[in-house]
Amino acid sequence: MEYFLSEQQKTLKSLARQIAEQRILPVRAELDEKEEFPWDLIKEMASSDLLRVFIPEEYDGLGGGCFDLCLVVEELSRACGGIAISYAANALGVLPLMLYGSDSQKAKYLPAVASGNRLAAFAVTEATAGSDASAIRTSAKRDGDQYVLNGTKQFITNGGEAEIYTVVVMTDAAKGSRGASALVVEKGTPGFTFGKKEKKMGIRSSATRELVFRDCRVPAENLISREGMGFIVAMRTLDRSRPGVGAQAVGIAQGALEAAVEYAQQRVQFGHPISAIQAVQHMLANMATELEAARALVYATARTIDAGAKSFTEESAMAKLFASDMAMRVTTDAVQILAGAGYMRDYPVEKMMRDAKITQIYEGTNQVIRSAIALEVLKRKAKLE
Amino acid sequence: MNVIVCIKQVPAKIKIEIDPKTSALASGGVDRAINPPDLYALEEGIRIKEKTKGKVTVLTVGPAKADESLKEAIGYGADDAVLLSDPAFEGSDTWATSLVLAKAIRKIGQFDLVLCGKQSIDGETGQVGPMLGEALGVPFVSLVNRIDELGQESIKMMRMSDEGHQLIEMTLPGVITVVKEINVPRIPSLRGLMAAKKAAITVWNARELGIDPATVGMAGSPTRVSRVFFPQRASQGEMLQGDPESQVEQLVERLRQTRAI
Repeated sequence: MEYFLSEQQKTLKSLARQIAEQRILPVRAELDEKEEFPWDLIKEMASSDLLRVFIPEEYDGLGGGCFDLCLVVEELSRACGGIAISYAANALGVLPLMLYGSDSQKAKYLPAVASGNRLAAFAVTEATAGSDASAIRTSAKRDGDQYVLNGTKQFITNGGEAEIYTVVVMTDAAKGSRGASALVVEKGTPGFTFGKKEKKMGIRSSATRELVFRDCRVPAENLISREGMGFIVAMRTLDRSRPGVGAQAVGIAQGALEAAVEYAQQRVQFGHPISAIQAVQHMLANMATELEAARALVYATARTIDAGAKSFTEESAMAKLFASDMAMRVTTDAVQILAGAGYMRDYPVEKMMRDAKITQIYEGTNQVIRSAIALEVLKRKAKLE
Repeated sequence: MNVIVCIKQVPAKIKIEIDPKTSALASGGVDRAINPPDLYALEEGIRIKEKTKGKVTVLTVGPAKADESLKEAIGYGADDAVLLSDPAFEGSDTWATSLVLAKAIRKIGQFDLVLCGKQSIDGETGQVGPMLGEALGVPFVSLVNRIDELGQESIKMMRMSDEGHQLIEMTLPGVITVVKEINVPRIPSLRGLMAAKKAAITVWNARELGIDPATVGMAGSPTRVSRVFFPQRASQGEMLQGDPESQVEQLVERLRQTRAI
């Protein structure tokens, strides 16, 4: 398919592929096995400017939009979904600042992220709150020119490794989701520690950790936008980041399809490669078709966002939903085509299947995502503009 | 320190076809890339430049479109690149190619070290490096896997050989070829690559290099490729017959005969 990439996007894609093939492929199984955060790879990505891609030019970035980010995430995910998410979660972490941060907040944090000196993370989920942001319990009480934070965030990607945390907290619990606010908390702030490091099914090289706040004092100037805007900040951030999850799913599925095709052409049964068997061919045909449809949807959504669309909640949710469900099917079928070998950790597809699962879950489970899409469809009475 | 790195543009894909008429590699329509072994020479050159605050100039002999590989080399961190291109160079063998490179290096004038990859992945001769040393009349060391000391007058390095490693000191200026063990080439930066796309590549032809066309190209090449073909599979398996015990006896006997044990 011709997606009409610009010269810079082609270079960006091939650079991300070079890193994926030369640096990530040789270590992905080991990092997955050891559940080790890929610092060396993050540094390598930083020195090749990949961490600058999504940061505006005035803050030492390359000014690339959602589409550029998706191209990188897809290429990295083709080799390893875990390493790709460490990269993507960094972008997610600074999105609230890029969308709602003040000039001085941007000037303070964005160049450090662009250079790769500091990683970022975004924190909403808690033991009692995920899809339901109104149930957030972590509180931030104003005390003079500071906020005092108390509570625990859970399942935070890049937790412990990142230096800059954009955290959604309750500044006025009585107001429900309208009482939520977003704040920047820096690693090393007294009262801010890290809790349990999670042991996960997939994306195991990424860090997922609790953030614990105990009378943690944060300067009031760290408030992003205004008090009460936390829910809006979180929703608009996720609207922009969900195509990235779609791109991750597309990349993982691409890797799985390539592995399945390679194996099907090599594996001989009954005197022929199994790729000559129609049952296998039809599986491959379905995988390739669904994958391309998902890629087209993700790219179109990312371009819609970059073109300056005002509202794209529905498109972005669709891209994440369709691509992640596709990735789960494609990786499951890839394991099926590799059969016994596919179930073994010596081959990469079982990891891809484990990695794919999270794309149906994070940044909104596909069930809550469907509700969001339905809401939009009902609102516009299914009519096209 | 002035470093010169010689690279070759080769087909990017391994599956290539041979033109049966000319016995040459059919290169039409194939994506082309920097010869992978040359990337180690380029990386080493850039590291020397960074350490000594020197300059890296990259040279290649090739058609007009070889400038893409030179731009890529600039993207990796080379300072300057010159394409040596002239219809008269077409069909040059390793001797004629070394002559063109030597003329270009003499034209540049000031140089301390010339780095080449150990061989190209298409021609696979490994001859251009040593011949270049000869053509320049400077010392040459092949298969370098480590540089230990680099001074103004000399270089100390380790060289791989079949029997082990050799520690060698060579006076400068000189030519070395490097092996992949010498370093891990960096991944270029996006900004570097984008800037390099706009870099102006100098082109020198035979006249500018002061080369007599009769000494290069087909005319100046003492070697001719008479035929290129895919080899027949030479080794054949042999199935040992009999019960397992006699098979083991036969196998041991065979291994003894071939002095494998």
